[in-house]
Amino acid sequence: MNAPGESFPVTRLSVVAAARSNDAAERSLALEILFAAYWKPIYKYLRLKYAQAPQDAQDLTQGFFAELLERGLLAKFDAAKSRLRTYLRLCADSFALNEIKAASRKKRGGDVTHVALDFSTAEEELRTQAIDPASIPSPESLEDFFEKEWIRSLFSSAVAELRKLCEVRGKQKAFLLFETYDLDGEQNISYADLATQHGLPVTDVNNQMAWARREFRRIAMEQLHTLCGSEEEFAREARALFGETPK
Amino acid sequence: MKFLNDKAIERLRGSSIPDLSGTRYALRELIARGGMGVVYAAEDEKLHRRVALKVLDTAGTNAELTQRLIREARILAQLEHPGIVPVHDVGTLPDGRVFYTMKFVEGLRLDEYIKQLDSIPQRLRLFLRICDAAAFAHARGVLHRDLKPANVMVGSFGEVLVMDWGLAKILQEPTAAEETVVVSSQKKISSEEETQATVVTGHGTVMGTPGYMSPEQERGETEQIDARSDIFSLGALLKFVAASSQDRSERLPRALQAICAKATAKEPERRYESVSEFAADVSRHLDGLPVSAYSENVFEKLARFYKRHQIAILLITAYLVTRFLVLYFFHR
Repeated sequence: MNAPGESFPVTRLSVVAAARSNDAAERSLALEILFAAYWKPIYKYLRLKYAQAPQDAQDLTQGFFAELLERGLLAKFDAAKSRLRTYLRLCADSFALNEIKAASRKKRGGDVTHVALDFSTAEEELRTQAIDPASIPSPESLEDFFEKEWIRSLFSSAVAELRKLCEVRGKQKAFLLFETYDLDGEQNISYADLATQHGLPVTDVNNQMAWARREFRRIAMEQLHTLCGSEEEFAREARALFGETPK
Repeated sequence: MKFLNDKAIERLRGSSIPDLSGTRYALRELIARGGMGVVYAAEDEKLHRRVALKVLDTAGTNAELTQRLIREARILAQLEHPGIVPVHDVGTLPDGRVFYTMKFVEGLRLDEYIKQLDSIPQRLRLFLRICDAAAFAHARGVLHRDLKPANVMVGSFGEVLVMDWGLAKILQEPTAAEETVVVSSQKKISSEEETQATVVTGHGTVMGTPGYMSPEQERGETEQIDARSDIFSLGALLKFVAASSQDRSERLPRALQAICAKATAKEPERRYESVSEFAADVSRHLDGLPVSAYSENVFEKLARFYKRHQIAILLITAYLVTRFLVLYFFHR
């Protein structure tokens, strides 16, 4: 099993189908996938929306995922009514409101085994994004923020998978080029500049970048497919994310 | 996991949208997406005019496709003809993708425009203008290899333009003066790239559109492909142009059917030798003259003769009848 939140587990089922499976291992995998894709967006969202201190937001995030499992919330998801992402955000809202109202941190933390998540990186990211947790944006902008964080989480995990793939196939150079151009991307860097920097012909840079981008998109689409509640949702999400209808 | 900033996310999401910064063009909207690239409407900010900008889609960007796009632009640049969409500029995006700009044609695709033309003669005259463009390209040693209704545009002033030369094949080597084409202010395309580009469409590669592709093209026999392959496509195009006009129950004139059949013969040697010969037959049919593709019987010859000289025959007949009646009553 992968360390939670560090990489995207592989499943042949969508996360919703896995959550409804009779197989306990599949159900556990569903939660693992959700952890990987959603823990950071949920944490940052709860931290900002409810102006929670880091420790409290961490407890809320852990508690929310525990409740997802305990109450079988994923099995109750109806793809015809909403997107899985919206459903999870609303569940997180409802959970956080109840918890804050009851102020029962002890209960929430008491019976639940916490998963080791690196909340310090999430805090660091919030600082990098120059978002002041003390200032609470409007609900609409928080929804947008959650959407954006979800995309960031999905892409980050796809980039991590791409890095692994490049290592396995001995294509570290391709990843390095992709990282330099697309991830760290200086404003005016060109393929010719990259070629000079790495001592490669421009055609090599062109080919390796094309391969890396294609693989990145394929991985992201596969992960998106797993995270969607239905094929229709996947088609909609793929169009929204990449402007293309999945084949 | 690496933290991705907003800029990186936007780049990863929209990496297929070309970044035109540093060029003279501003992106407007997507016009069409094809197998090789994407065509956008763009604004030439120096000349304040709209152009069509063709660029490789990111997902398909590789050296071979890059060479094909460059080659397409070079071919278009050599084909200055009113029936062939003119190329304006070639350049390189900051990410290394090659693009070229061409005339932005405001109009309709042939398959849409043709619905506005009711009569066969109108449609045949339009078809002859497509033949003019193809004949010109053949004279310059270029085969289109993908002639079909979707690749012909009719502009708002009735101008007919043959588009999408991405599958074109060069039969003749370029002259020394054509060896080098400036791609951007920094980069030039060498004749070596041209050689590589030819390999792209080399032996065994099936390219074209079913229904409009000649049998030899379908079999991937690229060495066998010559002007007669385009003639096959033009024959299929003529069938489309002539037949889609009609009330389906009405049959095409036999001579026209024979012209289509000859142009789309399975064996290349049974087709017209050149587009000019093919177009001449269509013109002769339009003028009511006998065509090389069809041997008429005596009744058909008479019918055609009557149709061609209808007014003169009627006048002469009227004169003869009058003369007869005058003589008849005078001698009575």
